[in-house]
Amino acid sequence: MKKYEMGKVREIKSLAPGIFDMKVECTLSEYALPGQFAMLYPKSASTLLPRPISICEVEKGALRFVFRVAGKGTKEFSGYSAGDEIRVMGPIGNGYPLDAAKGRKAVLLGGGIGVPPILELARQLSEKESDVTVIPGYRDSNMFLKEDFEKYAKTLVATEDGSFGTKGNVMDAIRENGIKPDVIYACGPMPMLKAIKKYAEENGIEAYISLEERMACGVGACLGCVVKTKEPDHHSHVNNTRICTEGPVFEAREVEI
Amino acid sequence: MNTKVTIAGVEFKNPVTTASGTFGSGMEYSEFVDLSKLGAVTTKGVASTPWPGNPTPRVCEVYGGMLNAIGLQNPGIDVFCERDIPFLKNYDTKIIVNVCGKTVEEYVAVVEKLADQPVDMLEINVSCPNVKEGAIAFGQDAKALENITKEIKKAAKQPVVMKLSPNVTRIADMAKAAEAAGADAISLINTITGMKIDIERRKFVLANKTGGMSGPAIKPVAVRMVYEAAHAVNIPIIGMGGIATYEDAIEFILAGATMVAVGAYNFVNPNATVEVVDGIEDYMKRHGIEDINSIRGAVE
Repeated sequence: MKKYEMGKVREIKSLAPGIFDMKVECTLSEYALPGQFAMLYPKSASTLLPRPISICEVEKGALRFVFRVAGKGTKEFSGYSAGDEIRVMGPIGNGYPLDAAKGRKAVLLGGGIGVPPILELARQLSEKESDVTVIPGYRDSNMFLKEDFEKYAKTLVATEDGSFGTKGNVMDAIRENGIKPDVIYACGPMPMLKAIKKYAEENGIEAYISLEERMACGVGACLGCVVKTKEPDHHSHVNNTRICTEGPVFEAREVEI
Repeated sequence: MNTKVTIAGVEFKNPVTTASGTFGSGMEYSEFVDLSKLGAVTTKGVASTPWPGNPTPRVCEVYGGMLNAIGLQNPGIDVFCERDIPFLKNYDTKIIVNVCGKTVEEYVAVVEKLADQPVDMLEINVSCPNVKEGAIAFGQDAKALENITKEIKKAAKQPVVMKLSPNVTRIADMAKAAEAAGADAISLINTITGMKIDIERRKFVLANKTGGMSGPAIKPVAVRMVYEAAHAVNIPIIGMGGIATYEDAIEFILAGATMVAVGAYNFVNPNATVEVVDGIEDYMKRHGIEDINSIRGAVE
């Protein structure tokens, strides 16, 4: 069930250049799942559409969103203060399947602004499963949420410029550390997800990847945010599926990216 | 107080419906909206066979609005009849089915399949700017529009609404062509063809290069076109284009619309349709209007 309601900013701060951490009090927090997202509505009349923002953590009475300023809407959010109102709709999407990690070695991969949604997943998996490794990948030493991950799971880091951890991307970190995942959970830029899909297929392992696409409605009505699928989709009856409704998390083999 | 309106013998409890493509088949918004409160639900365009639509990105925001180039992705008429119509029959609202095709034969095939279905009205999409074949070709040439309208009228069992494109030189000519060919009503406007360029990457934002613009910024164009069409024909008009609030809806009614449709604004406020219904009633009370039909075209 989704709700559309007025939330209130509990706290907002900058974590790194252009990266903001905003906690929003709302009732969506009562049942949000790791890997789901919410629509946040800018107030400026020059904008129209809500912004799909991944849920970073589910707290008591609030959702934590960590986002990058990418345009007018996120720029507006970044200027909010505690106590400001913000309209929210969600929680949206399927989220990551937690059961797939049961008794297995789970590796969580996040790249850039794809790092935040794997935090709540790391927290919930670490409560149930012991063998959880997280690898957030960053451009440089402007790392965010690293300490948060360290609270929950074994955390390795990749940086593109090599300023911390493995030099390169999250796949380089897997190879460098000799990690052999049974199941992968990932969110990040398309080249990273393509590499993960290829790796998972070559090694015959499950990989749950979270996709993003330009979106309008967030409820499955507009058909703006589709991804090509291997098999015809049960809802659309063509080889396209809605990222907002059937996703955003897909088993990598199901989608053609 | 009367909010009922009638088009071609079909009575709607109020003049508010949804713009095709912005509301799915109603199912997607039923978590937020009591569909029984709407005069009608107008469904996403449906073709004779499933259509995959265009590559992504399909949508983007522009100042005061958005562009879309979905390309009429739809599951085809058979799935629509099995799944979407029965769902909508659970609600006390009228059903307007938007029909699309690439050839006259494809449109007629859908219309024939709908003949024995419990739907109230057909809206014929001859104005989608995002599909190369057919579609808009019928909507930008008065002769072609007249021809397809005649063919559809021959096959249709329900009243036929022709949905017109704003991407024409004279909307009045298109409205007259639809009326002359026997259309029971017209709806306008479909989206206005637009384009957005990403200057950092020097690329089109939409994979389709062009897209249809909708949202609050197009409303003045839509109101003007509804007004011009209303003065050109005697058949009823369903007005749409940038409606966000009841004030917008009243503007369209004053310009000559019998019904109005909320489109892209559903994405901004999932409750927009019901808020427009309630707002119209409040407006009528405030102005002592007994019958919504009494203010149609009443602009001076």
